[in-house]
Amino acid sequence: MARLVAWALLGVIAVAPFLPMGGMRQYALHVLVQIFIWSFIGQAFSLMGRFALVSLGHGAFLGLGAYTAALLWNFWGVTPWVGGVVAVAGAVGLALVVGYPCFRFRVVGHYFALVTLAVGEVVRLLIIAERDWTGGSLGVTVKAAGTDASLTALQFADKRVFYYASVIVWLGGLWVWQRVDRSMARSALEAIGEDEGAAASVGIHVTRFKLGITVLSAALTALGGVLYAQYFTYVNPDTLSGIGVSLRIVFAVVLGGMYSLLGSTVGTALTIALSEYLRVLFGLKFIGMAETIYGLVLILCIIFLPAGIYGSLRGAVLRRLARRRAAPA
Amino acid sequence: MIDPIFIAEAALNGILLGGVLALLALGLNLIFGVLDIVWIAYLDLVMLCMYLAYFLVTGYGWPVWLGGLAAVGLGALLGIGVHLLIISPILTSAPINQLLATGGLLFFVQSFATFLWTTDHRTVRLTLPIIEVAGMFLSFARLIAFVVAILAMIGLYLFLRHTFIGTAIRAVSQDREAMRLMGANPQRVYVVTSAVGGAMAGLAGALLIIQYSVHPYFGAAFGPLTFMVCVLGGLGNMVGALVAAVVMSEIISVGGVMMSTEMGYVIAFVLFIVMMFARPGGILTRRE
Repeated sequence: MARLVAWALLGVIAVAPFLPMGGMRQYALHVLVQIFIWSFIGQAFSLMGRFALVSLGHGAFLGLGAYTAALLWNFWGVTPWVGGVVAVAGAVGLALVVGYPCFRFRVVGHYFALVTLAVGEVVRLLIIAERDWTGGSLGVTVKAAGTDASLTALQFADKRVFYYASVIVWLGGLWVWQRVDRSMARSALEAIGEDEGAAASVGIHVTRFKLGITVLSAALTALGGVLYAQYFTYVNPDTLSGIGVSLRIVFAVVLGGMYSLLGSTVGTALTIALSEYLRVLFGLKFIGMAETIYGLVLILCIIFLPAGIYGSLRGAVLRRLARRRAAPA
Repeated sequence: MIDPIFIAEAALNGILLGGVLALLALGLNLIFGVLDIVWIAYLDLVMLCMYLAYFLVTGYGWPVWLGGLAAVGLGALLGIGVHLLIISPILTSAPINQLLATGGLLFFVQSFATFLWTTDHRTVRLTLPIIEVAGMFLSFARLIAFVVAILAMIGLYLFLRHTFIGTAIRAVSQDREAMRLMGANPQRVYVVTSAVGGAMAGLAGALLIIQYSVHPYFGAAFGPLTFMVCVLGGLGNMVGALVAAVVMSEIISVGGVMMSTEMGYVIAFVLFIVMMFARPGGILTRRE
């Protein structure tokens, strides 16, 4: 049954760009591409977040990824295929440099959140400070390539190409998430998340496991950043690296439910749909109103749905099923 | 080469800014120590208090000190409100949810301020003299802010040391479980702590509005720095908070003159990250 639903959903996703939507097609595709990219980034975050490694600095990896690919292309004409690899390598390097001492010296909980927050701010400020290269807080536009070079430049006029690319990356993210979820590392990391000392005492190499999942999460986030830069062809420090972005990623994931496969996708889809809806509703009339409602929804969700929307629904359905099974008529 | 006198001036300004920063960090530190929650939106509450002082002074012609007192009152009320409405229900939730709830408050306050007052920068125009000391120019407003901040910190110290509720607050931050075992009511301590923390935010807001202009993103500009000073100072350590605040604001102030404002912040934040590895318990403690 679940399998059938999954295939049906995949089918809908596959044919979505060809469904008749009138004049709405470009806009709908644009929203969908955003949802897939940010869901992928959310999955990358939840890989860490679910094991009590709350990073408020994922904007650092996102910005690093997006800017590396964009600047390599703009200044040296390095194809984003290579730039993307460099970007991921850079994010892995940053994750190692920050992660290793963090885990070695047991920086945990709120302290870990604050250290990562500082890392995110450092990356954002460096981007602004190096304004000769990066355009500072005005951001930078990825140079357009000719149509004959669209595959090397990873720039496509047709949104459908990006749509399928983002779907494939998103599916890849789900696959990685599932692999981690079913691995032995998951049990080890869960034990570490519960109690580091106890985990270490039964022979789990705490630093190695934490570092591994952090590097994986950082690499995927950077990849999401590259995809973002290629799709929007414009990068800006505040939309990629600030504390606001990091909080948004975390919120989407927690809203959906961090502990389930589709949680971050559901959460991201809902938050993007909400902000798009509010944006269209208010337009330029009430500046700030859309964000105000967003913040309010955030607070209410955290208070009343601590396990996330998808997580709470799933829990409720599972409980009902269990009850039915426990009491056969 | 930059004239040394500019650097000396920047260094002096750094110390003066450090006073207010230490006050902010202590307010946050108090709440963090007692409730084990970082109010991500703390600086946005400061921003609201700055707006109140601004409107009372420029709109209604209140004297600055009275506007400042009103800001302190608003801060205390906001502190209680935040605790009862947002923190209380999630006191036992996962840390990520606690961070996010106050993060939501950040979005809410920031955007609502944008909606109400637009992104204009607003300044209270004070006609305070500029003092010249050995070729350096010092703003009198900053000097007042520094002195008041130091006095407030001494006041907080006396409050925590010599009143019953202050002792209770210190007790909770040392061991929350023991407090309940003693039959004391933590809720009362939490509310008083939030009110005191909020009042500190209000006072800091009053001291900041006479030096800086206020805008909806004020909190975003000062927030991360304050969190770092708060942690760097060490829990419940007042001298540590002051030292951390002065070190950070010196780096930012002098670095800002010698390189650029952003690079000043970058160096300060990197120092914070390194210090978290070297001295996680605060700038004045030794690693165990």
